[in-house]
Amino acid sequence: MSAVLDILASVGMWEAVLRIATPFILGTLGVLLCERVGVLNLGIEGIMTFGAMIGWLTVYSGGSLWAGLAAAALCGAMFGLLHASMTVNLGLSQHVTGLGITLFASSFSYYVFRLAVPTSTSPPTVEPFRPLAIPGLSDIPFLGPVLFNQTAPTYLALALVVVLAWVLYRTPLGLAIRMTGENPHAVDAQGIDPIWLRIGTIMAGSALMGLAGAFLTLAAFNSFFPTMVQGRGWICIALVVFALWRPGRALIGAILFAFFDAFQLRLQTVVDGVPYQLFLMLPYLLSILALVVMARKARVPQALMQPYRRGER
Amino acid sequence: MRFERREQSSVALTVMAPVAAILAALVMAGVLIAIAGANAFEAYGLILRGAFGSRLGITETLTRATPLILTGLAAAVAFRARLWNIGGEGQLYMGALAITAFGLLPGIAGAPAPVAILACLIVGALAGAALLLGPVFLKLRFGVDEVVTTLLLNFVAILFVSMMIEGPLRDPLAFGWPQSVPVPDAALLPQLVERSRLHAGLLIALLLAVAVWWVQSRTVFGMHSRATGLNARAAAFAGVPLGRTLAMVACLSGGLAGLAGAIEVMGVKGYVTTDLSPSFGYSGIVIAMLANLNPIGVIGAALFSAVMFVGADSMSRALGIPSYIADVTVALSLLTMLVALFLTQYRIRR
Amino acid sequence: MSRPLRGAGVTRVLELDGITKRFGSTLANDNVSLHLERGEVVALLGENGAGKTTLMSILFGHYTADAGEVRVEGQALPPGKSRAAIRAGVGMVHQHFALAANLTVLENVMTGTEPLWRPRSDRSAARRRLADLSERFGLPVDPEARVADLSVGERQRVEILKALYNEARILILDEPTAVLTTQQAERLFATLREMAAKGLSIISISHKLNEVMSASDRVVVLRGGRVVAERRTRETTKEELAELMVGRAVERPKRPPAHPGEVLLEARDIHLSGRGGTALNGVTFRLRAGETLGIIGVSGNGQTTLAGVVSGLYPPDGGSLEIRGAPLARHDVAGVIDAGIGRIPEDRHAEGVLGDMATWENVVLERLWSPEFSRRGIVRRGAARAATARLLSDYDVRGAQVDGRVRLLSGGNMQKLILGRVMEADPSIIVAAQPSRGLDEGAIAGVHRRLIEARDRGAGILLISEDLDEVIALSDRIRAIVGGRLSPAIPAERADARLLGLMMAGDWATAAEIERQEEAAHAL
Repeated sequence: MSAVLDILASVGMWEAVLRIATPFILGTLGVLLCERVGVLNLGIEGIMTFGAMIGWLTVYSGGSLWAGLAAAALCGAMFGLLHASMTVNLGLSQHVTGLGITLFASSFSYYVFRLAVPTSTSPPTVEPFRPLAIPGLSDIPFLGPVLFNQTAPTYLALALVVVLAWVLYRTPLGLAIRMTGENPHAVDAQGIDPIWLRIGTIMAGSALMGLAGAFLTLAAFNSFFPTMVQGRGWICIALVVFALWRPGRALIGAILFAFFDAFQLRLQTVVDGVPYQLFLMLPYLLSILALVVMARKARVPQALMQPYRRGER
Repeated sequence: MRFERREQSSVALTVMAPVAAILAALVMAGVLIAIAGANAFEAYGLILRGAFGSRLGITETLTRATPLILTGLAAAVAFRARLWNIGGEGQLYMGALAITAFGLLPGIAGAPAPVAILACLIVGALAGAALLLGPVFLKLRFGVDEVVTTLLLNFVAILFVSMMIEGPLRDPLAFGWPQSVPVPDAALLPQLVERSRLHAGLLIALLLAVAVWWVQSRTVFGMHSRATGLNARAAAFAGVPLGRTLAMVACLSGGLAGLAGAIEVMGVKGYVTTDLSPSFGYSGIVIAMLANLNPIGVIGAALFSAVMFVGADSMSRALGIPSYIADVTVALSLLTMLVALFLTQYRIRR
Repeated sequence: MSRPLRGAGVTRVLELDGITKRFGSTLANDNVSLHLERGEVVALLGENGAGKTTLMSILFGHYTADAGEVRVEGQALPPGKSRAAIRAGVGMVHQHFALAANLTVLENVMTGTEPLWRPRSDRSAARRRLADLSERFGLPVDPEARVADLSVGERQRVEILKALYNEARILILDEPTAVLTTQQAERLFATLREMAAKGLSIISISHKLNEVMSASDRVVVLRGGRVVAERRTRETTKEELAELMVGRAVERPKRPPAHPGEVLLEARDIHLSGRGGTALNGVTFRLRAGETLGIIGVSGNGQTTLAGVVSGLYPPDGGSLEIRGAPLARHDVAGVIDAGIGRIPEDRHAEGVLGDMATWENVVLERLWSPEFSRRGIVRRGAARAATARLLSDYDVRGAQVDGRVRLLSGGNMQKLILGRVMEADPSIIVAAQPSRGLDEGAIAGVHRRLIEARDRGAGILLISEDLDEVIALSDRIRAIVGGRLSPAIPAERADARLLGLMMAGDWATAAEIERQEEAAHAL
């Protein structure tokens, strides 16, 4: 019992929470944007994989870390464009298209990775983002290292939560995005083209998914290896439901989730006789639990998964 | 550019769709091969030769197609009823794991082969079905989207397999390798061709494809499941018991995926490891879509995927092009198939 | 055709000139010309499918016309740009309101009114402007209310305010009274007239003659995609307009007197909450053999739920449904069908048929468990096909093939198929929900004839409809449904528009008095 308390009191564990949460924050925001505009994007798992790979590859071949992030965001946006042109322009099944994009983007990442690194010895590493201590604030005991000694992408993710909340709830663009997810006919009737709005928003959301992936290689694992995303994308999809499609709650959800993840990792080392796999299952089972708890409360965007065609109702 | 719904989509167009989709995917993958510095035609030639050029190649392709037919069928029956079962991978592993545990029962090892085989097949199917019934229950009871739950359960299932083969089901003779106890000899499927890995599982898969087709087109349950998928509201109005139909579809779909795992173990591997399946479950989704959810078409689509996977291995050795090109091509063919299907239903107008 | 009917000195705010629009092989608008003066209310009258909505969608930039031009105050509008139409001062109030239920009134009104890339919305200015407009035009709303929590009347107000907020000077209302009670509709007409007096010009699209007569200055009649007549409202009559709209005299079948027999269906205090939309709060009625009981009401008052209960879709939370004095053995679709209830669903496309299944499958799906069509879980395809072929010819379903998809049938033929499916089972009770919605006059007459025939054979018919004319034409007794409760029943002979309006509005005093008198008369 005291060992458990020790874990909860350790700075290391709380420091890890924000780090673990970062890809979930970015990914969840990405899914949230897409769903707010009315499109389910199951491409996230693959887009994250590709973002992880291209971010790593950019840095590995001499680019800067920020160039790596930019490349990941750009490629994410391109996959978003592919998803949007199939689901928005053609109105194809969002489920199947998203899965197709995940399968394509993942296998394409592995293909490019193998071209770049043909031998399958231990994957080459890159020099990752280092924690950036914010002067003054990082000296606060306990809170300082936990909150103000993180890597740049983590700060970026936190800033994006605020930006996105502002855009969605305080700007005309955000209102139009939310309206499109609720009733694209209404947006069209007001003279805004919901098709273009959907395409643009999906691209932005997918760019965030790319960033989420790049965080894994550029600030967490320092290298790329196949299947490294490990269902994180799917968890983001669940987190959006938990967040009731709101950016602030998405942040809370991601942090809560990361807390459990950091906690179970450390718990493994102190609890004997329980197979480690049970701990590893927890995140997935927690996500399912979150879906069940929220299923009845959720105020799902009314036009989610409804393709829009002019003149059809 | 606008799209206009075709009043009548012709049979020829529907049959052509997968062919066009596969060709388009091959062209795009060809570009990727060319970018990697190889001749795409040479690469495809090598893939075909690898898959068909020798007795070994042919038997390997058919061996590879066997689980793919089953996971393809699993996805096809579920999608037909608009049950988004993306959990084929996990169900496959549960089916595989279940028979190794089942094989530990003293009665099985001593049973005559037909009995042991039949019993194992049933147990594998039940285990796969059980894993899908959970998400279906959550869908019906709480309205939880089954896409995410089945996806997440894939990871849980594989972790569970890992836990079991490092724990109670570990093979003590495997020198520390995490692998399960072997299935009893009595439950191994007979070989079809000497000095090859091709086993009777292929016949079971083919038989099941025909059986699934028959069930879907000739039985009350089949009609109910199609009606549920096409328009659940109208189906409910006509008195189709939606919950029971979906539960039965889940049993069928999960069972087929579970069988894929069981048969792979009983026919090829003999025991379970966590790399038993090179994403057979996910490929099943592509195969089902390529087949336009037609159970007989699944056989052809599974063969296409198997050719790509088996051929790419030998092509990769010869040209140095990563064998992942097979996965890329198969995934691309899903996307191109979606577009091709769209074009069978709509025409483009300017 | 576009000769002005009034004298000089009026300004022409809108002109549609020679609009032609083709969808595939059908000509939706054929050289349609139409104009609108300032401060004028024009009714665009036509049956379903006459091309009204297409014409207005072209005006509003949702479709591009194949030929012709739209001019607002003399300026041609670029085709296919709704933004341009809005900027020119055209506002549209949609039939199915184009609102987002999860957003607030203010948010719904504001969407698209500010430059998209502005870093911050000016909500307080918008709120002031909305309050100002709602006061000026007498359209009170709470700007912070969620649209989902508003009544239909309030939602319509929001739609009108949205158009006014966009500085609309030309207002187009698509079937504005479809969801209103008679009294609410009258209030709307008063508002419209007031708005016209303040200089707005209004086009009201309708197929209801009463509405057109009471709420317009001028009527333009559209039939088969062409303008067939133009009349000043005070110089025409309902009868003339009806004939112009239909283009031929359509005789709705005459109804012989009813001979009610035993009680077939009795609902006792049925309660149902939550599922299927509006709740039912104690529904009680009796339906006898050989009579038609009509249920009128403004949409959203529980019609759908009531139809769902009797159709076996929703078992009630409380109360009972008895068939010939015995409670239903199983309250589900199969149980209801076994008890001899035939069901005509409210929404043909969403509930009545599976468009992508074969005709024969649609015909037998709801009776699949009968030994006639399946044995040991295996479908008897031969028998099913034969029965379907018979049905297609007996009920004159045109354009259908036994193995073809149902999606391609016209609404009328689809309804014939559904009617045939119901009648073939020889039901003793028929639930008909909105049986003629969206059909043309010819098809409506056919549906009505079948329903009257069934009644005369001794079936009890529960007719749930929002079309008052239909209810009056078919019913022997009429009740209104309001907030999930049924009003007292009045005999059809004593129904008039005013009484029915009161009943639909929940004022049941007169109806109760009539019911009492009727019961007293029968007791003698």
